[in-house]
Amino acid sequence: MSLNCYSVRGVVSEIQRFSVHDGPGIRTLVFLKGCPLRCRWCCNPENLSREPQYMMVGGKEKLIGREMSVKEVMKEVCKDLIYYRRSGGGITISGGECLLQYRFTASLLEAAKLEGFTTAIETSSFAGERALETVLPWVDTALCDIKHVDDEKHIMFTGQSNRLILENIGKIGISDADLIIRVPVIPGFNDTEEEISDIAHYAAGIRGVKKLHLLPYHRLGESKYKGLGMEYSLEDTEPLSPERMEILLAAARTSGLPCQVGG
Amino acid sequence: MIHNLDIGPVEKSPRIDRLIDNLYRDLPKVESERAVLVTESYKKTEALPIILRRAKALEHILKNMTIVIRDEELIVGNLTTAPRSTSIFPEFSNKWLLDEFSTLEQRTGDPFTIDPADQKALEEIIPYWDGKTVNELATELMFEDTKTAMDHNVFTVGNYYFNGVGHIGVDYEKVLKKGFSGIISEAQDALNRLDKTLPEATEKGHFLEAVIISCNAAIDFAHRFADLAEKMAAEERDPRRGDELRTISANCRRVPEFPAESFYEACQSFWFVQAIIQIESNGHSISPLRFDQYMYPYYKADIDKRRLLKSEAQELLDCLWVKLNDVNKIRDLASTKGFGGYPMFQNLIVGGQDMDGLDATNELSIACLEATQHTKLPQPSISIRVWNGTPNELLIKGAETSRVGLGMPAYYNDEVIIPAMVSRGVSIEDARDYGVIGCVEPQKGGKTQGWHDAAFFNMVKVLELVMNNGMLDGVRITPETGEFSSFTDFDQILDAYQKQMEYCVRFLVNADNSVDIAHGMRAPLPFLSSMADDCIAKGRALENGGAHYNFTGPQGVGVANVGDSLMSIKKLVFEGGKYTLAQIKQAVDDNFGEGGASSDKVRKVLEEVVRRIKADGNSLTPAQLRNIAEVTVKTVGAPEKNADYSGLLNDLDSVPKFGNDLEEPDDLARFAALTYCREVEKYTNPRGGKFQPGLYPVSANVPMGEQTGATPDGRRAGEPLADGVSPVSGRDTNGPTAAANSVAHLDHMIASNGTLFNQKFHPSALSGREGLEKLAALIRGFFDEKGMHVQYNVVSRETLIEAQKHPDKYKGLVVRVAGYSAHFVYLDKSLQDDIINRTEQVF
Repeated sequence: MSLNCYSVRGVVSEIQRFSVHDGPGIRTLVFLKGCPLRCRWCCNPENLSREPQYMMVGGKEKLIGREMSVKEVMKEVCKDLIYYRRSGGGITISGGECLLQYRFTASLLEAAKLEGFTTAIETSSFAGERALETVLPWVDTALCDIKHVDDEKHIMFTGQSNRLILENIGKIGISDADLIIRVPVIPGFNDTEEEISDIAHYAAGIRGVKKLHLLPYHRLGESKYKGLGMEYSLEDTEPLSPERMEILLAAARTSGLPCQVGG
Repeated sequence: MIHNLDIGPVEKSPRIDRLIDNLYRDLPKVESERAVLVTESYKKTEALPIILRRAKALEHILKNMTIVIRDEELIVGNLTTAPRSTSIFPEFSNKWLLDEFSTLEQRTGDPFTIDPADQKALEEIIPYWDGKTVNELATELMFEDTKTAMDHNVFTVGNYYFNGVGHIGVDYEKVLKKGFSGIISEAQDALNRLDKTLPEATEKGHFLEAVIISCNAAIDFAHRFADLAEKMAAEERDPRRGDELRTISANCRRVPEFPAESFYEACQSFWFVQAIIQIESNGHSISPLRFDQYMYPYYKADIDKRRLLKSEAQELLDCLWVKLNDVNKIRDLASTKGFGGYPMFQNLIVGGQDMDGLDATNELSIACLEATQHTKLPQPSISIRVWNGTPNELLIKGAETSRVGLGMPAYYNDEVIIPAMVSRGVSIEDARDYGVIGCVEPQKGGKTQGWHDAAFFNMVKVLELVMNNGMLDGVRITPETGEFSSFTDFDQILDAYQKQMEYCVRFLVNADNSVDIAHGMRAPLPFLSSMADDCIAKGRALENGGAHYNFTGPQGVGVANVGDSLMSIKKLVFEGGKYTLAQIKQAVDDNFGEGGASSDKVRKVLEEVVRRIKADGNSLTPAQLRNIAEVTVKTVGAPEKNADYSGLLNDLDSVPKFGNDLEEPDDLARFAALTYCREVEKYTNPRGGKFQPGLYPVSANVPMGEQTGATPDGRRAGEPLADGVSPVSGRDTNGPTAAANSVAHLDHMIASNGTLFNQKFHPSALSGREGLEKLAALIRGFFDEKGMHVQYNVVSRETLIEAQKHPDKYKGLVVRVAGYSAHFVYLDKSLQDDIINRTEQVF
């Protein structure tokens, strides 16, 4: 290990402390900007573009995205070091797509290992070979989305094919990282029992998968689209009821994987 | 250490819910019986020394008060005839009640009913007490400038000024092991050994005699219940209840006179102690402390020898928990705002280290938490001691209890409290054996007169004095420290703050010591003193310095407001230069353009005007008075619409605030707290003990806020102050760990009388076993950083708002107020709002 990692720079949109649904223990989430996918339900549209940009928040203009060094990010992340130690928590890199700024992501995770806490990434797994190889050695837990097994539907709702994604997840599964599959459950996209069951069975067939999380669709990102002057195509979509989620959970469990609603 | 504690649920007896229903069926009453009896006795004993008068009064009450065994009770001993009602204690203060009779039922918080016969009886006896109360003597003992500072709300000594002191944990273990017969022989021995030629022998002799009278009275009181139970058993048709009554009778025949021989007897003996202490005086925070330690041998022996099933032991505990809610206390309207929700603060703590420094957690620790989950009532205030050796099971059971939403347990950090106590002169063994009194105050039980809740000190008023050069509402309170607008660098402001703090704390000390002396002269408590070392050995009551450890603990309130205000001044005046000090002061005086000085300020100004007119020898007709009042309201209380401070308020908004893990504002809050603490710890009380500071508000941050004008942090006049060491409501926006880190940045060790940190969580934050594990990790992390205390309100904002709208549907909703929990619907609305507005942390 070298200390060079601390000087690497990247574009960060937010550092969110005390996140407890994205990996084990008490964690700090670092959101990076830039994503190659265009998922219609995306709840972080401010992180789609890699460049810093302005968004209206509560009537005020707010600059989203700032170039930071690993050292600067770690100064903030290390404020909760004691809580990571007590809970087995640490840092989770999210986005956007954290494998886009892959050198920065790898450096952040390397620094986290130097500081002595656990690492996680939250990823679409849509990335080139180089990106994956650079980041993966530093990852303790990988939270990877499988949004749909039907490629056509995948392309229609995310703008990209799922082939590379599924291939990459296979590679992550045989790495040292703990692999958790996450399924955003989106009405009209993948919310039938059959679709959820298909995804879960597919996930169960991947080597190394530990768990599957069903993440119910929510509308918390909607106001951000307005703040960015973007159109929200799922405007009239209602969140699924807890009862409906239970039914889908039962469908997922037929795969034999340990499944839960929420992270 | 005991491993593998079973923390699974234990079945709840159906009896428990019925006991609770009976307890809460009606509004609590004010009863006259005790007041009448104490008056009768006092009239007969005027020639005797006060300590014997007190003993004889207690004897007279216990002998003659109405005793009842409530339906289905297993642990007996009533304080009042009607459930959770209140007696009156005219020996402490008498006047306010006469003024407030008519409004008791209508008041917005803590209502009581009173029967006409009781009201009449009280009206007859209250005049007897004129001039004889602790309250009146204390007032006479204070210096004039002290009273002026108090009148202008720099601090209040309200608690002990109007009521008994309480705030103690006695040596329950001694009563369990020796019985009162043992304590009587101890006192008798001391009396026999007394060298009667010594000048102090007379007073010592009187004290020991008073102890013997009181302990005998307690034994006789228990025997009255034995007789009653026997009589009721004979008349009882249900054979099962008949058997229960016969057991009750046998128990009361034995304890508390003799050592307890079973867990059931120990519970009954404990209860008589708890009840009689609260008949002798109305001081609150009579805290059972380390119940899981001194009761454990009885619990374990009965369970091990299979004399008691775990579920039967649990039923007894649950009964005792219900009984602890059958204690109530009436306070005057003003105090009710500072102590909202009928709180009794009977703090019971489990876990932690033993006197040798090893972990003391046991099965009874877990059973106590289970009892709180079963009963879901505000009493006892249950707490957990945490240290590095605390077994995970205890914290998980605690977190699970937190999740029930009662705001309990509170968590305390051994690793801070033990060294803090040692730094105040407590031996290491005694410090390791601490319990918690009332809200958050650490005490070694059975040998301390801690005076833990001695005063509430408004730290924000000190800043007001800095800004007004020693004046409040046009009256000089303290010496000048310089015209505010003339300061040219930030350090001068910090210096002035320190100077004004010195002046104010001196007044506080004089006020506390006056009240202290008054209690010693007019209300020594021989029964209470019989169960605290070294009273019998010294031959002196607790109130006269009989305890082994003596302290006085006044609380500072408003840490975060002072810190944020200083930060605003620093950033906007001295670093940006965008504003002048004069502009900041003007904005504060104008209440940021919202005008309307608090009604309290209007009243103060009015009183001052009238006082000055009268001081010049003039008298006022009612019509003239009305005119003056109208003019005052129009001028002082008028909203100042012509000033627009939106720009300043915006700038204030962007100043970094305490509670977000940012070094600069956290440093200033630390400075604010330390300035108070370092001043307080300099002083000594009349019992020969030290003053020790605390930083917690009970619920006084709300009324103290009402008495405080706008502050440079953007807080408007009348808004609540921050509670305890917590950030100002809504200003901690970086999540719970950031808030916890800021709070831990304060020096908790010096605030050895306790600090209080409130966090509010949405219930979804604690779902599943993982949620509990994460809460446990959060507590451990905060304690690693040397936080002292933390408690969690786990109830959603939506639920609280619903409960405010439909109180009838939420009668059982118990929430954390400050260092205690109370039924939400009985709280004053301003206090309800304060709780709703606390920042809610969502995971």
